[in-house]
Amino acid sequence: MDADKVFKALGDPTRRKLLDLLCEKNGQTLGQLCENLEMARQSATQHLEILEAANLVSTVKRGREKLHFINPVPLHEVYERWVRKFERQRLSLLHDLKKELEGDEQ
Amino acid sequence: MTRETTSFVYVTYIRSTPQKVFEAITKPDVARRYWGHENVSDWKAGSKWEHIRANDERTVELVGKVVEISPPTRLVMTWANASQADDPSKYSRVTFGIEEYDTMVRLTVTHDELEAGSGMAKGISQGWPAVLSSMKSFLETGSGIDLFAKPKSA
Repeated sequence: MDADKVFKALGDPTRRKLLDLLCEKNGQTLGQLCENLEMARQSATQHLEILEAANLVSTVKRGREKLHFINPVPLHEVYERWVRKFERQRLSLLHDLKKELEGDEQ
Repeated sequence: MTRETTSFVYVTYIRSTPQKVFEAITKPDVARRYWGHENVSDWKAGSKWEHIRANDERTVELVGKVVEISPPTRLVMTWANASQADDPSKYSRVTFGIEEYDTMVRLTVTHDELEAGSGMAKGISQGWPAVLSSMKSFLETGSGIDLFAKPKSA
């Protein structure tokens, strides 16, 4: 995973909106996505290209249409690297506090 | 009556070979190390496959048939909860596409023909990103992610 590309791709409200739209309904065409965005197809295409380069969106050609799918695999890697270890420590602190207050019953 | 279906496409790039990625899916000894489950079959088109939890209980959680197999680049199989194995409408389809990409492998998992809004659709949308991250980590570093990890207790 290229973490820089992932964070850069996420650092824009339009691109986050595109991911939200795909989360609601996966496998949309550019036209369908544009119906919910106030922007030209060309700008939307550029945003989708950045998302695709970060592997946050994958595409499948079906006939003449190109369908866009949200690909959360890189987000999961970000979660593993940047969220879970901190969460684990916090939960472990809560656990220690509970043990302290309730007494250690083995 | 046609049911409304949904599909998901997951892609990950792994520094590995197509052969190793294919084995990571189809060889129980490999799959158990990063998936916590084994995919058990004789891997012939038309054969059954089972997704078995790799613990002492060895619960069969998912079942299906191998639709198409061409090692090490493509595997298509049907997929259903073991508890719903008798209901043909509960079967979805999983396609693994494995292709060389530069010095890596591009693995595409397409899960389609899923009943929209079903428990299975929700489950797999949580499951695949975790399994694919774990597979990538396992093939690149030799250790997967513990998919059953719980918060560390003291």
